[in-house]
Amino acid sequence: MNESSPAPPDPAGATERLPKALIDGGRAPGADLGRRLEPFLISVGALCVALLIFGVFLAVDGLNPLDVYAEMFRGAFGTWFSFQNTLQRAAPLMLTALCTALPAQLGLVVIGGEGALVVGGVAAAVAGLAMSHASPYAVLTAMFFAGTFAGGLWIAAVGALRAYRGVNETISSLLLAYIAIALMNHLVEGPLRDPASLNKPATRHIGELNMLGPMPGLDVHWGLFYGVIACLCGWLLMKRTVFGFAASMTGGNLRAALLSGLRVKRLIVVTCFLAGAAAGLAGMVEVAAVHGRANASLVAGYGYTGILVAFVARQNPLGVLPVALLLGGIGASGGLLQRHFNLPDASVNVLQGILFMVILAAETLYGRFSAWSFGRRSAPSRPVGAAA
Amino acid sequence: MSGALGNWGVPLAVAAGAIRISTPFIFVSLGECITERSGRINLGLEGTLVMGAMVGYGGSYLTGSPWLGVLAAGLVGVVLGGLHGLLCSRPRVNDIAVGIGLMLFGLGLAFFLGKPLIQPSAARLPAIPLGFWSQSSQVQDALRVNVLFIFGVLLAPAVSFALRRTRWGLIVRTVGESAEAARAMGYDVNRVRTLATMAGGFLAGVGGSFLSLFYPGSWNEGLSSGQGLMAVALVIFARWDPIRCLYASLLFGGASALGPALQAVGVTSGYYLFNAAPYALTLLIMVMSSSATRTSADQPAELTVAR
Repeated sequence: MNESSPAPPDPAGATERLPKALIDGGRAPGADLGRRLEPFLISVGALCVALLIFGVFLAVDGLNPLDVYAEMFRGAFGTWFSFQNTLQRAAPLMLTALCTALPAQLGLVVIGGEGALVVGGVAAAVAGLAMSHASPYAVLTAMFFAGTFAGGLWIAAVGALRAYRGVNETISSLLLAYIAIALMNHLVEGPLRDPASLNKPATRHIGELNMLGPMPGLDVHWGLFYGVIACLCGWLLMKRTVFGFAASMTGGNLRAALLSGLRVKRLIVVTCFLAGAAAGLAGMVEVAAVHGRANASLVAGYGYTGILVAFVARQNPLGVLPVALLLGGIGASGGLLQRHFNLPDASVNVLQGILFMVILAAETLYGRFSAWSFGRRSAPSRPVGAAA
Repeated sequence: MSGALGNWGVPLAVAAGAIRISTPFIFVSLGECITERSGRINLGLEGTLVMGAMVGYGGSYLTGSPWLGVLAAGLVGVVLGGLHGLLCSRPRVNDIAVGIGLMLFGLGLAFFLGKPLIQPSAARLPAIPLGFWSQSSQVQDALRVNVLFIFGVLLAPAVSFALRRTRWGLIVRTVGESAEAARAMGYDVNRVRTLATMAGGFLAGVGGSFLSLFYPGSWNEGLSSGQGLMAVALVIFARWDPIRCLYASLLFGGASALGPALQAVGVTSGYYLFNAAPYALTLLIMVMSSSATRTSADQPAELTVAR
């Protein structure tokens, strides 16, 4: 669509300022393929570089990086059992990644998925307990709506503050994450506390019958299904609807969006609500399928890893699916690293941090390869925060 | 009556907390202030803070001198700041995103390398007993002031002076207000910003060493609870003025001390809610000091994020 093959390579990005018709003149064969392959190739290259750097790290620690990586692969994807464990971990990551990826279409950097997850989990637990005498389907439906609604409102507040008061959404969403955790601690220590939970304060259990079970033929709970469907819906919404087009336009050029009469403020609030609803659903799944109650186990870092997933996927909801699988796998292999190589559990975080930095540094490579000759990256994946 | 201060215990504990807890806030916010004045925002200072705490503790443990630990913490902050600065100097690399990456990286690395440091105890920083005149042990405890706090208090006017009255400060401010003007004057914008980020990293590292070497005074993984991030919000609240950064840090320190102070006098209900006070206060202040229609006149014009 935006190939600038006839135009000379233009590192300064002046083509970005030209009307599209001027640069859309000729279309080199294969350029479309190149444009499609570019994010994939650069991401895979960045992953390799990150593994290389972490390998040096391991070598300094006196370990053979190849051994460690082989073991990680076995622990994440090697057997059916470990693969199911990976899928189980990928499910909440898909949902929390959407919490960053959806607002990113508007040029917003929301990093408070952890807070929406916690709020959604607590709300789902409360709804489940309130309905505990109804049928399991009714309980789960109530939990679903309570979780998504609470998480949605939490991040919608971030969007509203941004739209109507100009409050920076990155910082406010993170502050709200800390507030959410404090609120949860207050509730499970006080009003909602199960007297039987001594060491680790928690709400009462929602009941084994009401738990979200495994999907047919799998040992993986239905949360995976929710995650995949949410990513597909997010992709359809953002890439195939008028709403998504308006969002991309706002993210690409705020002034143009305002001039063409888009209701940008409402767009921001609605997108943030959907983003928060996804993360809240992750909290509901954690409660309904894994823990059975709301407690500090909800604060497991899925929200923060979700930010990484969204950035590695370049904020594309479909790209979130494989990346969540990859990072779920890295997480799943963490325990194995601890047992077999005596590495601290934080080594997974180090690898994730290195990966994050390399992926961000690789942003600078986009559009650099004249052999592929394409103009610029598509608007939604422009440097986030560009639309101030 | 000594020792039993009754209801005066709460304000005293809050004041003591303001002094004790605010020190890392002072250093991180002054560092972030320098960085943001150059037109970049470094959200990774949370990671720098925790790395500084770990390296400071390790340095003190290995050398026996807490001051060498503080220096090592500052230097690791310089390295992380330099990493942020160099990455952001590449075209199209977003400073906020790199900051988030640096935060996760710094936290992971600190927990990874700091695992062996949880057990041993290192030499701590000394404190000056300014409460010697009082009979009350509570007053004496409250006024055991750390040397780093005094440094921080003196640093605020120094940074303010440097930014306003020196050639270096003028260059940093020019780069932050108009990159094009700075370029026209022959300054390398990316280099100035990278150096400003490194200076900010140094201060954040020093602030981190306070956490592990004085209060709470040991190294563990739950040491920081977002102080590095709150400092970023605090700089916005202080409208990029180092002196106001100092006042805001004291306010935040006091707010953070409210929960423990109330707990000490027996008010235990809502302990966790009081713990959320500094975050809620930050948010409230950001809501009040922001505007949807105009940007603050004090804001560096090159800073796109904090409008």
